[in-house]
Amino acid sequence: MTILPLAKDILKVYKEQDVVLLRNRVKERAVKIKMGLVNQTKLITAASELVRNMLRYGGGGEVVVEVITRGRDNGVRLVFKDQGPGIPDIKKAMADGFSTGRSLGLGLPGTKRLVNEFDLKSEVGKGTTVTIIKWANG
Amino acid sequence: MDRIPILKMGHFLLVTIQVDLYDRLAMDLESDLIRMVNKTGAKGVLIDISAVSIVDSFMGRIIGNIASMSKLLDAETVVVGMQPAVAITLVELGLDLPGVHTALNVEKGMDLLKGMIVADDVEELEEDDDTALS
Repeated sequence: MTILPLAKDILKVYKEQDVVLLRNRVKERAVKIKMGLVNQTKLITAASELVRNMLRYGGGGEVVVEVITRGRDNGVRLVFKDQGPGIPDIKKAMADGFSTGRSLGLGLPGTKRLVNEFDLKSEVGKGTTVTIIKWANG
Repeated sequence: MDRIPILKMGHFLLVTIQVDLYDRLAMDLESDLIRMVNKTGAKGVLIDISAVSIVDSFMGRIIGNIASMSKLLDAETVVVGMQPAVAITLVELGLDLPGVHTALNVEKGMDLLKGMIVADDVEELEEDDDTALS
């Protein structure tokens, strides 16, 4: 089934305080499509993880927040795009416990568990794009 | 600059997080709390997160850090009031906060802290008795 976008916002995230704005916007959208509290929390937590990665490793970037629909399902799609150094070994980055920074290495694999769809594209020297989808009833 | 207030109540420090945390704020809280534990000689730290709607891996780590650091300064940490959705998310994320004591609400958290400190006192008393006898 095809996914159709209903509403679209683009937020620029270059400093820490922008993260709070992003979280609020995501929450707003999730509430609008009547996403349950647990799914909302998972989605916002996932967004928080990804946006931190973007700030820490990619030097900030753009986040597209979209309300999407697929047949009778509504959902929120988030696209995180940075022009940072990129990820040389995606497989390694997706493994639990792997971290090049000072974190616990739960970020990417943990985030994948919190959402319904997760897509990571990265090109060394050009940047990284992460797309996630959480369905209201997913 | 925002700061999260830390209240001193007897032997305990009480922190109620009423705002959504961002990284800087969480890190300031960590250092402020540890400084306060050191300065006041507090025996327990109670962190109320009932108003916090999300805890991600970074904030989880800060909470874990506070607990480990307080432990080194002879203080116990109890986290209270975690929302069910936050608990579900944390476990799915893979963060189960080892070493952090939890309680359902502030009242139970206080009881837990008091219990831990009473147990400590009893041990100390027993040790004193032993030395007195020998």
